[in-house]
Amino acid sequence: MSLDVLHDLPQSPGVWASAWKRLRNNRVGMVSLAITLVFIAMVVLAQLGLLAKDWQKEVGTAFAPPHFVGRIVDGSQTAVVEGAQGPAVDISDIDPLAPRYQEWAERAAQFKTAAAEKSETLPLGGDQLGRDVLSKVIKGAQVSITVGLLAALFATIIGTVLGAIGGYFGGKVGDFLEWVYNVFTSIPYILLMFSVAAVLKSGPLAKVFTSGVWTVIIILSVVGWTGIYRLVRAEYIKHRTREYVRAAEAIGASHASRMFTHILPNISHVVLVQLSLHVVSFIKAEVILSFLGLGVPLDMVSWGTMLTEAQAELVQGKWWQLLAATAFMATFVTAFALLTDALRDALDPKLR
Amino acid sequence: MFSYILRRVLQMIPTLAGVILLIFFLFKWFGGDPADIMVGLSATKSQIASIRTQLGLDRPVLEQLWIFVQQIFTFNWGKSWATNEAISDIFATRLPVTLTVMIPILILEVVLSIVAGMAVAYVRGSLADRTVMLISTVALSISFLVYIVVGQYVFAFLLGWFPVQGWSDSLWKNLTTYAPLPVFLAVLVSLAPGTRLYRSFFLDELGHDYVRTARAKGVSENAILFKHVLRNAMIPILTNVATQLPGVFIGSFLIEAFFSMPGLGREVLTAVNRSDYPVIQAVTVYLAALTMVINLVTDVLYKFVDPRVVLK
Repeated sequence: MSLDVLHDLPQSPGVWASAWKRLRNNRVGMVSLAITLVFIAMVVLAQLGLLAKDWQKEVGTAFAPPHFVGRIVDGSQTAVVEGAQGPAVDISDIDPLAPRYQEWAERAAQFKTAAAEKSETLPLGGDQLGRDVLSKVIKGAQVSITVGLLAALFATIIGTVLGAIGGYFGGKVGDFLEWVYNVFTSIPYILLMFSVAAVLKSGPLAKVFTSGVWTVIIILSVVGWTGIYRLVRAEYIKHRTREYVRAAEAIGASHASRMFTHILPNISHVVLVQLSLHVVSFIKAEVILSFLGLGVPLDMVSWGTMLTEAQAELVQGKWWQLLAATAFMATFVTAFALLTDALRDALDPKLR
Repeated sequence: MFSYILRRVLQMIPTLAGVILLIFFLFKWFGGDPADIMVGLSATKSQIASIRTQLGLDRPVLEQLWIFVQQIFTFNWGKSWATNEAISDIFATRLPVTLTVMIPILILEVVLSIVAGMAVAYVRGSLADRTVMLISTVALSISFLVYIVVGQYVFAFLLGWFPVQGWSDSLWKNLTTYAPLPVFLAVLVSLAPGTRLYRSFFLDELGHDYVRTARAKGVSENAILFKHVLRNAMIPILTNVATQLPGVFIGSFLIEAFFSMPGLGREVLTAVNRSDYPVIQAVTVYLAALTMVINLVTDVLYKFVDPRVVLK
């Protein structure tokens, strides 16, 4: 009986439903969401090996220009070696290798050599080895975005758990975590990153994390959790004495349950916005770390390694790799940053 | 005031102790074996043993920590593992180079961003405001790396207005020849986020009642902006400058690497690549201490900028 009455009441929309409704009305937010989803789809496809699998294949000539530029015909870029002057001297009678040329030619004929078709132009041009810049930039997106997402995820987890403990319990534990926070923030960000990088490079952990991607993720998440900790802690201090938490205590919910099943959903919007803010800054940090040689190793490709290569290419007038990496990165970062703004507007209860 | 400063200095002690512990144990537990790093793969057992004794690695951990603390407070860090250069010499020779570039950057950046932020805040909501905001959003999304690469190529290589890279012994020549391009690029890049930030500070202030009152009694717009709003926005501005100050001493390692300047940032970077632990440790500990001092000085300055602030 009473259940029927409840069903007849008008349902109030949940936090997420109303946030989604507000986000849908934000045109900029929706466009950036679409762009972000395209990039995420690209990352997933590249991860599955459906896209840009052959990025290491040398499909074009060295520095093949993009299609829209066309083949470079003047040839001014390549040095011309002048042919030898004077008559050719026949040295076959004094050449000690002369008797064996015939034999070698026969043996060489046993192997089939196929001249690889190398295209002279590529959709977005080619790099020094003739690899397709379009494939590289997609593969680079996969690495850069994965690094940014994972590092932001780990930093958020560290910051949220520590912030929850510090804010919820307070007291001695809270003081201890505040001390750790003060220690971490008093060391300039970049120096802490360098210290962790130095240790990961030559220490015993270097053998554990052989793939350079994990090194970057660890550096960024170990260094980047402090801001999230601070915000989450403030939220927990605000929430821990609220009625619903007291009510949960009254029905016998444990500390952990109150912290993570009662309070955490109520502050999840703060965490989500922080997560996406950190994705953007970590993607930018990955680029710089890779350039400094502390990030993604050279046998992988990320936007950072592409920009590193581009520095030397630009002096030779090959601008397409730089442009492609910059354009892809700028598009994603702008879209993601605008999406974060839209998310914050949609989720911030104060603006309601 | 005095008791406040004293209390703050006392509060620094546990934090500094934490920094020292963090750096010491980070390198102790997670770092490589110094003897291995210093002598390489072809070392004999006796060589390794002698290095271990020299560095005090054969002593108990607590004693090693004590040596580390002594090094910090006596400024006697010994020599770099890679180049055998005394660490104090590294500081003495690299820091001036970094400051030569970073001080002009900081001053220009703050002054220009404040002016631009004020101008944009004044015309808020107009087309100009929205254009500036859009440009700064897009400009922010491009990596600093790209600006340096392209800037160096265009202004130094193509146009030849500046030397591509280099450094000399004369301060004047450095300031007039080698520093301008890096300074220009760094200021250009920081202008967009700076403008955005200072705009928000000024917008906060422009919405206050005292601005309306000042307008109502006929104070000119210039006087409102420069005498009232700027004065009141000083606290967030000061906070922001204070957060940038430690960076002035580290230097922009990107700029120093690109323009081959023998500064502190590049030194730390090479130290990381060579696993030259003492250099990294020294720079990190001192810069952390410096950051704490800067924070204290900023808090005290608040009192002078805004007499309403109560230090407690």
